[in-house]
Amino acid sequence: MSAILPPSERIWWNQPVDKLELTWISIAFVWALVMFGMMIWWHAYGNQNLANETYRTTKEMFAAKAQAVVDKYTVRTETELQVPVVAPPPGSDIYLIARLWAWWPIFELEHGKTYTLHLSAMDYMHGFSLQPQNINIQVHPNYEHVIKITPNARGTYSIVCNEFCGIGHHTMAGRLYVK
Amino acid sequence: METTYRICPRSGLQFEDQAEKLMRFHAVCGVLSLLVGGIMALGVILTRWPAVHLLPADIFYLVLTAHGVDMLIFWIIFFEMAVLIFASSTLLRCRIATPKIAWFSSWLMVVGAIMTNIAIFQGESSVMFTSYVPMQAKWHFYLGLILFAVGALLICFVFLGTLVVAKAENTYEGSIPLVTFGALTACIIAIFTIAGGAIILVPTFFWSIGYIREIDTLMYRVIWWSLGHSSQQINVSAHVAIWYAIAAIVFGAKPMSEKVSRTAYFLYILFLQLASAHHILSDPGMSSEWKIVNTSYFMYFAVFASMIHGMTVPGAIEQAQRLKGYNKGLFEWLRKAPWGNPAFSAMFLSLVGFGFLGGITGVMMGAEQLNMLIHNTIYVPGHFHATVVVGTTLAFMGLTYFLVPALFKREVMFPGFAKIQPYLYGLAMYIVSLVMMGAGTLGVSRRHWDMAFAGAPMAYEWPGAAYLMMGLTGIFGVVAIVGGAGWILQIVLSIFFGKKLEGGEQRSIPQVLTLPPPTPGGAAHPPATPGTLVLALVFLTAFILYYFVNWKYLSSLWGLS
Ligand code: HEM
Ligand SMILES: [Cu+2]
Ligand SMILES: [Cu+2]
Repeated sequence: MSAILPPSERIWWNQPVDKLELTWISIAFVWALVMFGMMIWWHAYGNQNLANETYRTTKEMFAAKAQAVVDKYTVRTETELQVPVVAPPPGSDIYLIARLWAWWPIFELEHGKTYTLHLSAMDYMHGFSLQPQNINIQVHPNYEHVIKITPNARGTYSIVCNEFCGIGHHTMAGRLYVK
Repeated sequence: METTYRICPRSGLQFEDQAEKLMRFHAVCGVLSLLVGGIMALGVILTRWPAVHLLPADIFYLVLTAHGVDMLIFWIIFFEMAVLIFASSTLLRCRIATPKIAWFSSWLMVVGAIMTNIAIFQGESSVMFTSYVPMQAKWHFYLGLILFAVGALLICFVFLGTLVVAKAENTYEGSIPLVTFGALTACIIAIFTIAGGAIILVPTFFWSIGYIREIDTLMYRVIWWSLGHSSQQINVSAHVAIWYAIAAIVFGAKPMSEKVSRTAYFLYILFLQLASAHHILSDPGMSSEWKIVNTSYFMYFAVFASMIHGMTVPGAIEQAQRLKGYNKGLFEWLRKAPWGNPAFSAMFLSLVGFGFLGGITGVMMGAEQLNMLIHNTIYVPGHFHATVVVGTTLAFMGLTYFLVPALFKREVMFPGFAKIQPYLYGLAMYIVSLVMMGAGTLGVSRRHWDMAFAGAPMAYEWPGAAYLMMGLTGIFGVVAIVGGAGWILQIVLSIFFGKKLEGGEQRSIPQVLTLPPPTPGGAAHPPATPGTLVLALVFLTAFILYYFVNWKYLSSLWGLS
């Protein structure tokens, strides 16, 4: 007579299903299909999709590419640590390094222009968390993740680390300008 | 092996001696883990409460690791082992298969749990319960987890063996009860899950002692989550089984349709394993096709199954209540429910909170692109405190109110507190989940010692609302801890000092479970359940609104491609 006893009818799989129950099952099924379709639709028509373009890399290789961009386009430095502020031309490739416990360098980008951002970590995993936009992406060592970004609002942004990366995790915050 | 059986005079259930002792053992180990995890929760919450900010950073990360491990792994799995034994030996009225192996495995789990805790409290294993490489814990952190998992795996096999014993010795007629079917689902998922765990934790253990040079971070995350996520499906299967069980115990509720409920469980087995991909949605290296297939096709079948259970459990209660004559309007059956019975109120709060707070948010963040909005923010713990705390833990607490008299033969002490405990703990946890999700929506990071970024050269300043949310997390977190600590105290005191109850006669042969008589009035015409459908539609409306609000939010972000 209940869920902790065997079903009272031996042939329970022939019992008709309640009408309202069936209604709900159909609604739930349609809703699941809508949600499935939504992700695909967004790939076709939405503007926020993570490209899954990824390459294997090494720490040295990635650091060298980042250094090359910094050498070419640094416009000034900030803080006592002399973090370079880099203003690459629109359309170019920019390399952001995540390491214990800093994001390096600082980029100065132009509003409405598209850049190709490359992300990789030098040691542990880190979490790219762009604030106050709230775009969050996992950053792995030895993987180079390539994403085209188009800033749509001017301002000063922060990049917070939101993957636990050791005792200095809470000091790992960087900066990014959009002009 | 000689054994005895006793029929509990209060519940009518039959407990076999060895099974009964094993259940008590696991329940007690579970509660002890909850106690340690709960003390850690206090440390976590008092540090994340910005105005208090109690612990230094290194202790905070240690405490957070212990909190995650003791709660999510040890408390829940110990208790689940008790549920497996209950659903097999007790519900099928048979002896437990291979009690010696069961005891050996139980002690293995205890040794593993202690070993991992020692590693954590020694202080060089603050790697969080996920232990992502290349951050390394001490070897005994991993070894303890492996031993614990092996013990749990063996008990899964004892569970299956017990089903075979029941069948072979004809201790029941017809099919196994729905609750046992749910436990079987949990057990099958557990076996898969632990296999996934072994594939990743064993190499990680060898890496920690220097036999393996490097473990790929992405591979680790993908395989680890086949353990980490699927084990949440064990929890869902187990606590849904407990919802059905409590509905049956409190109301005599009969499942609306055995066919539908069992098929829904079966969907869990087929699809849940593969849904683990939603932890990798904001990672590089996996294709969008892979992500969408795994999250939608597979996960939505599981979600679909949960939506079915979410309706059939209250539906069964509504039918039972209407048969008793609570027929007025849409909701008399619900108003006249025993809200003062903690087993029922815990179960109902668990169901509603799991669906509205845990379910909707889980599906939202499981959409490939939306995941970026909350990945690694405190939204994530907000979501899973609605699933594993409100959903699983609260359901377990509710069941315990029933187990203390039935299994421990003691009366629950402080019945006045018992009446309010589920509300105190459950509703406070509703709020904690909500405000954590609120803070996460504003971007606040999880596993983060200081939202003020003390000592950072380029600190970010969170908006005032984020501080407010984290302050509320602190306040209601403390309230929830009071509710949880009160429960532990109450249960432990009752077990030791509660009024002793009659155990029922001991017999040497089990009493066979005969097929219950067909429902009077004919099962073909149970009352309709319009109230439940209305509740389900309210749920769906909330779901749809919340889902699309997040797409709207996503559309305002920088272009990404
Ligand atoms: C009253 C009780 C509880 C409170 C106040 C509480 C509070 C918290 C908070 C604030 C966090 C997030 C910390 C951060 O990421 O910085 C957290 C993490 C967590 N909690 Fe709880 N919690 C409680 C009970 C539980 C229970 C019962 C479970 C499991 C069944 C649980 C499982 C977890 C897990 C798995 C984490 C994640 C740890 C990590 O990120 O590694 N908690 N808890
Ligand atoms: Cu970091
Ligand atoms: Cu970090």
